[in-house]
Amino acid sequence: MAIPKAQDLAAWAATRTRKHLETDRIGRLSGFGFTKHADGYVYRPSTLEEAREVFEIARSLKRQVVLRGAGRSYGDANIGSECIVLDNARMNQILDWNPVTGVIEAECGVTIEDLWRHVLEDGWWPPVVSGTMYPTLGGVLAMNIHGKNNYCSGTFGEHVLELEALTPSGQILILTAKDEAFWAVISSAGLLAMITRVKIQMKKVHSGDLRVLPLAPANWDEQFAIFEQFEGIADYMVSWIDCFGSEKGAGRGAFHAAWYLDEPSEHPRTLEQSHQDLPDTIMGFWPKSMVWRLLKKFNNRLGMEFINWSKYASGRILGNGKPHPQSLVGFSFLLDYVPNWRNAYLPYGFIQYQSFVPKEHAKRVFAQQIKMQQAAGLESYLAVLKRHRPDKFLFSHAVDGYSLALDFKITKNNWPKLQQLCHQMNDLVLQAGGRFYFAKDSTLRPADVRAYLGEEALATFSRFKAQFDPDNLLTSELARRVKLV
Amino acid sequence: MAPYKHAIVIGASSGIGAEITRQLASSGCRVAAVARRIDRLEQLAEEHKGNVLPVEHDVRNYYAVPELFQQITQRLNGLDLVVYAAGVMPEVGLHEYCFEKDRAMVEVNFLAAIAWMNEAASRFENTKHGTIVAIGSVAGDRGRAGQPVYNATKAGLTTYMEALRNRLGSYGVRVVTVKPGPTQTEMTEKLHLKGAMAPSTAASLILAKSQSSGEHYLKPTHAVAFAIIRAIPSWLFQKLKI
Repeated sequence: MAIPKAQDLAAWAATRTRKHLETDRIGRLSGFGFTKHADGYVYRPSTLEEAREVFEIARSLKRQVVLRGAGRSYGDANIGSECIVLDNARMNQILDWNPVTGVIEAECGVTIEDLWRHVLEDGWWPPVVSGTMYPTLGGVLAMNIHGKNNYCSGTFGEHVLELEALTPSGQILILTAKDEAFWAVISSAGLLAMITRVKIQMKKVHSGDLRVLPLAPANWDEQFAIFEQFEGIADYMVSWIDCFGSEKGAGRGAFHAAWYLDEPSEHPRTLEQSHQDLPDTIMGFWPKSMVWRLLKKFNNRLGMEFINWSKYASGRILGNGKPHPQSLVGFSFLLDYVPNWRNAYLPYGFIQYQSFVPKEHAKRVFAQQIKMQQAAGLESYLAVLKRHRPDKFLFSHAVDGYSLALDFKITKNNWPKLQQLCHQMNDLVLQAGGRFYFAKDSTLRPADVRAYLGEEALATFSRFKAQFDPDNLLTSELARRVKLV
Repeated sequence: MAPYKHAIVIGASSGIGAEITRQLASSGCRVAAVARRIDRLEQLAEEHKGNVLPVEHDVRNYYAVPELFQQITQRLNGLDLVVYAAGVMPEVGLHEYCFEKDRAMVEVNFLAAIAWMNEAASRFENTKHGTIVAIGSVAGDRGRAGQPVYNATKAGLTTYMEALRNRLGSYGVRVVTVKPGPTQTEMTEKLHLKGAMAPSTAASLILAKSQSSGEHYLKPTHAVAFAIIRAIPSWLFQKLKI
């Protein structure tokens, strides 16, 4: 074989970039829970045109594309083995803000944190926020996130006035609630189009604080009674459940309701960022960046049983029924209190299992789920109960009922048993007419997805897929696992 | 054996490479079997339906490697392990200095290994996981009168792998050089080696050794014997004719 001359090598190098992807772009990515990994070629476009080029590269090299925001989906919705990973992090400009109407226009890589920092001092707040402030708008809308006010404010998608989306075939869609595709692109887990720009109506607030009422329900009956009591009254409701509680103590936990506040001042200081910023230390001296290391020591069955019990017991004694002010950020972004808390689950990571059950069956199903965990010796270390309302988005997860989110630690050997437990819990949820949430999922089977989404929704999805993504470029490990693409 | 899920074996049509392919495929791993002799690869694929992907390739076609490498990883849907098992050792007379034979050995045993291992190293450095295995040889431990260039290529390969190991160790990538002793393969059949190891035995030992970075002999006796041989001064080694 002839050895190429120097000038031929340069030509070869140019050819090389056209025939395959640059190796330097490959990286090993995981979902937020560290449990699933995939190697993909990462592209971070900064403009719509660059994003369009990425789809072109994918098409010419016959690669599939996975859309990724901040990587906060717990399982495998934001990774794709051997795919091009289209990361929206650099499309992060706030394009327009009207402090009179509260309408903001932003690119897809803008995070919830960017949003609240931009609007709060003008007396506005994102209408719906997740438990962490780091997701990007692209991810937020792909999954159509909910917050602790889902029962009264709906999902994030319900506050979108207009969105721009780029289809893999290069078409730019401008969608509003009048368009059928609006209800499909939002919630479709990034499988129909890349949301590139969005116009959102913010929520007017008159204080940077909320009035928070903590209560300590002793069992499932008290939990649900409290939710029903505050449903038409509170602006936010959330409850933590101790999954180690059994018999009379089953369902015990810590409930919080919260209300927006009015302040007499036109420019209350509580709206300033300095009032909202989470402290760097705990108790004034312990650097929060180190806390996950301490948490890791307790992150086992015995340690977590003790922590859960302590939290419940202290809630019964301290502040039970006594309202107090708390900053919007402090109340909303509980998950951001301890930086890198997920590292406490290393080396094997964790999954979050969240199911949504109609209100008539929620108590029975969730009580049964926790009994099943206890029987298997696989109690969730962190469980959160929330109230929801249904919505009409294509891949909606919400129901007129409740959800229970459960964090499960993965160990060297427990995955088969945990997976089996989740499948059993899935069956229970489906029998009760419940639903699931792709942002949290790691264990759904194709039949589970068909059962909860229904044939009609899947047919609509297929129709839009054929229209917007005829080459089937958009995918993810989740989509492959549950056979959505 | 390690639960590898996606592997590439270069030089998979016979000998140790074919056995490694068989054992990986039997364990449920998807293996891209790379070699010139496609008929043999197809036979392997037939033996392990669905788990062996036959890839026809002459390792001296270096400039095809980057594209081929990506095509393979895409078809495998991932990559955990790359094994370079291709090698040639033509008969060389004691007074023979044939450049064509020497060049073939340099190209197949060393240069092509670099072409493949560079791709693997670049990928694994970025993904921060993976295992690279090269089949070296005890023949690379010393320069012998009988096979000057074969010895040199294996020594070069060992040094190259050591350098890769030093580059990639901090990225969580395993870089493994195995040095089988005498093994019954097509390459060695004319040598009528006594006490040679079966390729299947060598393959299972190599896969076991692939669990830890470093240079490995396959038998403890080899480790001892070759430690002694390496320690013999050059002037004495010349007289011993071993």
